[in-house]
Amino acid sequence: MIAQNVAFGIIAAAMIISAIRVVTAKNLVRAALYLVVVLAGVAAQYILLAAEFTAVVQVLIYIGAIVVLFLFGIMLTRAPIGEESDLYNDQRGLAAVVALVLLGVLVYTLNDAFHRTHIRFAGGPQLTRQVGDAIFSTYLLPFEVVSVVLLAALVGAIVIARRD
Amino acid sequence: MLLNEFLFLGAALFCIGVYGVLARKNGVLVLMSVELILNAVNVNLIAFGAFIHTVAGQVFALFVIAIAAAEVGVGLAIVLLIYRNKKSIDVTEMDLMRG
Repeated sequence: MIAQNVAFGIIAAAMIISAIRVVTAKNLVRAALYLVVVLAGVAAQYILLAAEFTAVVQVLIYIGAIVVLFLFGIMLTRAPIGEESDLYNDQRGLAAVVALVLLGVLVYTLNDAFHRTHIRFAGGPQLTRQVGDAIFSTYLLPFEVVSVVLLAALVGAIVIARRD
Repeated sequence: MLLNEFLFLGAALFCIGVYGVLARKNGVLVLMSVELILNAVNVNLIAFGAFIHTVAGQVFALFVIAIAAAEVGVGLAIVLLIYRNKKSIDVTEMDLMRG
């Protein structure tokens, strides 16, 4: 158990630092690359939690497609690739207060509810076969709805962004 | 491993994402902070899925990832259109509907 806790600690520290750099970086492309570190850290946490299929899907879709989309968006909106000193609006102080109060409430509630609750792993990782069986039997309707949502998003994005 | 470790990590990512949504001026950076929030929710879902020994945590996390991909696609298309029309993606300058 010690190795898993140490691994969790190292990965969580890297994720928190990178997430803070995402929201405070002055360079837009650096913010996108720090987001890649956060997403890779999330995939590593999924492997620690024995959810191997979701970890691979996370790497493929989030890092492989969504971050690439962000970089395209940064490129196409002619954002200055170098330093930009004007990346904050004037609500920084209030935003920091709101975020800290929310963090305090969440941490207090979680500590109160799940104090000393351990995760016991029953056997090996949750197999992809089980995830596939669940998606195509119990969760078939949400799966079909998500397919339609993706189609609608695809058509909508093309219609919005095309030049005519 | 403690369940609380993962829940605290999810809460911290969520709050950092909330700060990013509220404090950033560039539209693309606001969308990146929304991705942080969605990842925090996913960490929560998978942690509870491992805790209750159900595969539903992974299934819901997969649905969240798919919806996040759709949302980023449409969101960036909107940002591109705004940039094309107003030559700026500064969210503080989007005040056409202000009375």
